[in-house]
This record gives sequence, structure tokens and C-alpha cells, in this order.
Amino acid sequence: MKFIPNSALKSSMLREIGLNDIDELFSDIPKKIRINKLNLQDGLSQQEVEEKLRELSKKNISFYEMPSFLGGGIKPHYIPAAVKSVISRSEFYTSYTPYQPEASQGFLQAMFEYQSMIAELTGMDIANASLYDDATALGEAALMCTRINNRKTFLVPTNISLDKRCVLKNYAKGSGIKIREIAYDKETGKIDLQNLKKTINADTAGVYIENPNFFGIFEDDAEEILKIVKDKQSLFVVGVDPLSLGIAKSPGGYGADIVIGEGRSLGNPIDFGGSSLGIFACKSEFLRQIPGRIIGLTKDSEGKRAFCMTLQTREQHIRRGRATSNICTNQGLCALAATVYLSWLGSKGLEEISKINFEKGQQLAEKITSINNFEKVFSGIHFNEFVIRHSDAKKLNNKLLSRGIQGGFILDDLYPELVNCMLFGVTEMHNDDSIENLISVLKEAK
Amino acid sequence: MYRSAVYDEPLLNELGKKSKGKPSELLSRSLQRKERVNIPDLDETQIIRHFLRLSQMNYGIESGIYPLGSCTMKYNPKICEEISKRDSFAMIHPYQHESTIQGSLQIMYDLEQMLCEITGMHSFTLQPAAGAHGEFAGLLLTRAFHEFNKDFDRTEVILPDTSHGTNPASATMAGYKIVEIPSTDGGTIDLDILEKTLSDKTACFILTNPNTLGIFESNILEIQKLVHDAGAILYYDGANINAIMGKARPSDMGFDIVHLNLHKTFSTPHGGGGPGAGPIGVKEKLDRFLPAPRIVKNKGKYSLNYDYSDSVGKVKAFYGNFSVLLKAYIYILLMGSNGLKEISEIAVLNSNYVKKKLVDSKKYDLPYKTLRKHEFVISCERLSKEKGIRALDIAKRLLDYGLHPPTIYFPLNVKEALMIEPTESESKQTLDQYIKALLAIAEEEPEIVKNAPVNTSVGRVDEAGANRNPIFTWKMLKK
Repeated sequence: MKFIPNSALKSSMLREIGLNDIDELFSDIPKKIRINKLNLQDGLSQQEVEEKLRELSKKNISFYEMPSFLGGGIKPHYIPAAVKSVISRSEFYTSYTPYQPEASQGFLQAMFEYQSMIAELTGMDIANASLYDDATALGEAALMCTRINNRKTFLVPTNISLDKRCVLKNYAKGSGIKIREIAYDKETGKIDLQNLKKTINADTAGVYIENPNFFGIFEDDAEEILKIVKDKQSLFVVGVDPLSLGIAKSPGGYGADIVIGEGRSLGNPIDFGGSSLGIFACKSEFLRQIPGRIIGLTKDSEGKRAFCMTLQTREQHIRRGRATSNICTNQGLCALAATVYLSWLGSKGLEEISKINFEKGQQLAEKITSINNFEKVFSGIHFNEFVIRHSDAKKLNNKLLSRGIQGGFILDDLYPELVNCMLFGVTEMHNDDSIENLISVLKEAK
Repeated sequence: MYRSAVYDEPLLNELGKKSKGKPSELLSRSLQRKERVNIPDLDETQIIRHFLRLSQMNYGIESGIYPLGSCTMKYNPKICEEISKRDSFAMIHPYQHESTIQGSLQIMYDLEQMLCEITGMHSFTLQPAAGAHGEFAGLLLTRAFHEFNKDFDRTEVILPDTSHGTNPASATMAGYKIVEIPSTDGGTIDLDILEKTLSDKTACFILTNPNTLGIFESNILEIQKLVHDAGAILYYDGANINAIMGKARPSDMGFDIVHLNLHKTFSTPHGGGGPGAGPIGVKEKLDRFLPAPRIVKNKGKYSLNYDYSDSVGKVKAFYGNFSVLLKAYIYILLMGSNGLKEISEIAVLNSNYVKKKLVDSKKYDLPYKTLRKHEFVISCERLSKEKGIRALDIAKRLLDYGLHPPTIYFPLNVKEALMIEPTESESKQTLDQYIKALLAIAEEEPEIVKNAPVNTSVGRVDEAGANRNPIFTWKMLKK
């Protein structure tokens, strides 16, 4: 077979090792459970596979065929050809975790550069070489807080996604960490500071806020939140959309201890929710408590600069049950894409893309709210997502769909109080035409 | 012979500086960034050359054999990669209207069905992002199962001393106490010890079969009976399933939960560390606890269903690493029933071929004298005693031969372990070359071996130094 070179040599190789039949190699499997074959189709040719997948792809409608204004913490961004080119180098994408540093200097250096740029972006001292996604990064952050201060409660606002809260609860459960939710301010969409003050106590391991949050709103009271958090000697964990950091202050600038985030927006496709990149950065004092792989700069035997995985005694393959996390496989290639993307943008490009996303967010919100019967739900400053209320959101989305547009993300199921509210998202990928089309259909709907 | 390029490639921040200027004032004072982020402003030419050079200092499966034991580093067919990048799959938003994502949902649904057939399990979830993540999810299901049965005192997870490091780490994260049991002199589960260790405190027993020594646990039916008689869950770490596809199925062995590493057995590239996918399959008794949403098919239409009141909820945002799932799906279509069986047969044949040649040479020792499956563990303890050459030295010297070393120092119950998994991807010629290199190294002057590698982009890396003097970012380097 095409991918199994020794198929044709089966008998001669068997003879060479003193066997006659391939089944002799499986004689240690009890007869009772041996099977003859799997009940699957026989293999298809590459051409047949190509045809089948073409047919399947016709049952999808991609962003390019149907502009989508969905928010929800995931939106398409332009991916430069340079990024696609670099991550298609098979030396990178077909390599394993760099257990042998001498054979993996390329990937290791790129990951060191990734950690460096994430540290610059977040304003933290150190970053790891990626976790699965932002939701699991939040789970790991909560576990890390309790390892640091031995407290057992972790606070999160309800203006972060339900997915994230759900994953967090699963991560927290085993360690007996209680997750307590803080209400959001119904007027601004920001975390309710009074509720936070009332809830935080001496058992609070950490407090999480997100900037911008699930409603797209910036938590611009971060300094006041920090004061509340530090008053109880608790840890301050901040979640970011890295693309906002071209214009917005790094969380390090307002006192965050740990920064997490979803890095998909840095050069990775939306991929039906895959291709995620869990960002994890923190202050250097927590160095030995970090989950996941970290790449360090060191020297080789000749004194030449070299890179390797480091502080491995934190990790599962050395410390087993006492590791800081169970993570092994991470999202390396997505982190590489982010590295190339950030270097391609540079400091100016990052500011520019951040600005475009902010401005598009403001413009679209103004355009939509200028139509009768559409109102912006929260008064806080938003980035590139925002919540709009309309008299019948579901009907509106069906109408948009019939006109080849995917409308905003309907929030009713997640937030019963936000009846008929939709989360709109817009990025540099939405050109004037697609925005005008959206607006004209919205005007018809009113 | 493969040779790595040698460059003194500067760091990105040494190639250029960030340009001058302040960011525009768009936000309120408390939120506004005052300085641009410290990332250099470079030209595309500089960037592409930089990363091209880095790629040339990196070994992938397309560079040559990559026989890391327990990692199943096989060739990744180009067609999987190419199709997965198309906009019709990559540019799909997870919250799009269901009528516009039928293709992706069908792929996930069909993939679940295929994995059910391969393992014999009742149902699957594709949500976990990696093997360890699947283990964690499986242990959440274990807890949910016992709690559902009002069985609240099961606080322990048992695992053999040969288990993968992720197993105990996942068990700890899921809140369990770990009980590790020693293997027999034959390298397999000791039934007496297992029986004594199992109790009404046992939540789960985690097992890899074939185990990390490459030995099939022939007593698996006795094992499953002991575990189930004690009321515990039997968990299958599927890292080694490349050995038995089309030959035997975990469900028939009595396993209740299975995770598969799609980035191992189903050939999705490992990406220098990820992304992977670690779907888990379960027997019917655990079905109700699987993460939501689940993909359901009704009258030819596929949809995402969140309505499972006993579900453990989510372990990852959205539905899993989709592009990885898609590549695995394409791979299974390509291989089919006949191909998957052929994979396991040849993977096991290749492994036994290399094992026999090495053992016959009498330069390396094979602990535990039984049949091996897709991988085997040899010891170079004799070389270590006679010539002072350790497993690490042999690994580094293999790099000089242009070959990727095996996994070393694992499992922990074998001294100076070299864990070799050739996979079905390698030709006899390559296997012979690998054997020849290992035999040649055993004959070399110890000084040469201990000073290896010399043909790589850097010499032996000072990993201890990296621990002592932590530098993780260019910011720390400047200090």
C-alpha cells in the first residue's frame, strides 16, 4: 500500500525473524477477543477521497460565501500568506515535541520567540509554549492560584462565556475549588464591583476578569478591581483578546498576576472552533508553578546559544502525579502561526490591526443602532463585538440567512435576561459591501 | 543521510527594532496603551528567511525515521493536510446556522461512528484536544458515573508502574489519589497485586494495552473481571492502539472508556507539539455523561444537541480541534478496513524485525522475553557498565547518523531504556539502516559517543544550565 512500504515484504521479513505467519505476532491476544476485520469500508483511492470531500464541502457555507457577523469570542481574521507558508514547512509541522533539542533548534527558537512576544503583549515576565485554548487556560490558572496561596475559592464574572465557566468548573472540581460567579452590571456590561466586593474574602484564591469580556466590553475599572483583589491578598487573573493589545494597555500595566487568552486570532483560522491557542503568561515569581511546556535559552557544549524545554520537573513525564498539569501535547503549530503573524505585523502592524478592529466595531454599532428598533444593550466601551437588542432576533436571523448573511449570535439560551439580544462581531475581514448589505437587510426588518 | 543546517540565526528582536511613534489615542486613559508593543518591525523577506532557516534546523517525519516509542510518528499523507486547509472547512464559524455546517457535522458524526467501530465502543466525543485531555475527560466521566450511582467513596485510581506520565497527572487533576502497582517479572499486570489493591475505594484502573513495554496484557479478560467485580471503571489509554487495529478491540477486552490519539494512530501531524485530538469512547453505561454538545443525526440532518442533563459539560471551548479531526477522518477513509489492519500488522512486524536484529547482536538486552507488539524497550545497561555509554549518549550519537533517537529512560522499570516504535511507515531499508547505526554506535569509542552530537545545528545542549539560569523571553535575556 501507498503508505506501508513493507507490505510487499511481509513473508520475507517474517521468515527473517523465524516466523511463518503474521498471526504468530498476535498469538498473545486471547482467541476469544480476536477479530478478523473491522466493519468499515475498504480504503478509497486518493482521487475518490478527493471527490467525497468535495461533495461534503459543498454542504458547508464558508465565510467567503456567506459573510458572518457572529461574535462569541471567535471571528475570522486575515492570515498573511507568509504565515501559511511558514507553518506548511514540513520540518515544523511533522515534528514531535522537541524532546531532543539538538534536532529541534528551529522549533525551539520559534517557541522562545513566541514566549517573548506573548510576554511583551501581556506585560508579563514569562509565558509558556501554549495550552489547548483560553477555556482550559482559565482552568489551569485557577489551579495555579490555589497552588500558590492554598485558598479554595475562585471568582469569575458572568460576563465571560458559559463554555469557559463550564470548562473551569470541570478543571476546578478535582481540587475541591469552589467557583463563585460575580454578576455583571446590567447597565454597562462590566463586572459589578459591589458584587465583587461583597463576594471576595480571605479564601479567594484568585479573581478573573476579561478584557474585552464576552459582551465585547472593556473592563476599564481594572485598577479599582486590582485594589479590591489585593486588599484580600488574592491573585488577579486577566483574560485578553491579544489583537486588542495593539491599542489597549497590557494587563501587566494594571497589575495582573496571570494573563490568559485565546490566541486563535493571531494567524489561525476559525476552523469550526478548532485551531485554538491557549495563551498563558505570568509574573516570574510564579515560575515553578506554571503548567505546560516552557522553552529556555541556554548554551551547547561549545558555549554556543541553544534552546531546550526547561523546568521539566514540573511536567507529567517527570513528576507524574505531582506535576503542575497533565498537559503533554499542546497547540505548538498554532503558537508557531502566532509567532510568524506577530512578527509579520510588527509593532506598527499590530497597532493598525487593533485600531481597525476597534473602529469597525464602533462604526458597525453606530450604523445598526441608527436603525429604528435596534439598540445597543450595554453602555461600556466595546472592541469588535457588541450586544444589540431587536424585537425578534430569531426572525431577524432567519431573514438574514435567506439573504445570504449570517447574523449575530443570539444570547437567549445563555442569558435568559438578554431576550432578543445578539452578539455582533466585526473584523478587518468585513468589507464595506458586506456591511452595507447587512445594514440594508436590517433596515427592511426594523 | 539527513543533515541539519547550521546557522547562527539571531532572535527576531535582534533582526530589527520596533519603529518609533506612539499608539493613537482611542481609549479612555485607564485603558489606553502608552507605548507600542515591543515587537520588531521587519520586512517579509527578513521574516521568511528567518523562519526558513529555523525550519532547516528542525527534524520532522519527512526528514527521516522518527521512532519515538509511544508516540507513533508515522508519515502524514499530503492529501489530509491539503484538504483540511480549504476555506470550505477552515473558514466555518462554530455558531453558524446548522443548515450551513452540514458538511462539518457529517464529518464529525461519521468519524465518531468509525472510531466506535475501531474500538467497539458505544459512543464517542471528539472534544478533547489531546490524549491527556481525553484521560482527564474520561476521569470526569468516571466520577460522574460513580456519583450517579450514589457511590461516593471511590477516591483512588490504580495504574501500573509502566504507565504514561499523563495517567497519574490526569488522575491527580481529576481529584483522585493515585495507587501505582508494580509489574510482574514478565513486565505485565500482576493479577494478585491488582486484586489486593482493588477495593470499594477504587474508582478506575487505567491500562495501556499493549503496554508501554510493547507487551500485550494477555490476562486482560481476568483483569477486566477483577476490576468490574470491584465496581470500578476500566480505562484504556489508546496511545498504543496502532498495534491492534482490525485484530482486537478494547471493548471486547472489557474496557469501559477509551481515548485515542488521532495525532498518533490516525496520522495527523504532531505540529512540533500539537494540536492533537484525544477523542474518548465509552460503553453504553457511561453514554449519558459524555460532554455536550453531541452530534445527532435525524432524518438525514445533523445537529448539535446540548440537551443532556447528566453530561459532565465541557472540557474545551466549542467542539474539538476540527482540522485534526478532519485529517484523521480522511486518513481512515484512505486506509479503510483493510488498510487499518495492514497498518497494525506491519507496525508490529517492523517492530519485531528491529527487535530481533538488535537482540541477536547481543549488544543490547531485551528485558522480559515475550513477544512484542508495535514497540519494544531494550536496555543498554551492559554498554553503560562496560563502556560508560548511557542511553542518552546513544540517543545523541544517533543524531550524528542523521537518525532521530527513540524515547529514552521510559518506562521507568527498565534501566537505560531505549523505547523504539518504528511504525508501519518505514521501509526495510530504513529499518536496516537504523539497526546498523545502533550496532555501530555500540562498537564506537566511548569518547565519541559521549561527545555526540557533532553533526547537528548545535552540540549537546546544557539542559541543566537552562534550569539553573531560567531565560524564557528576550526580555529576560537582556537583563
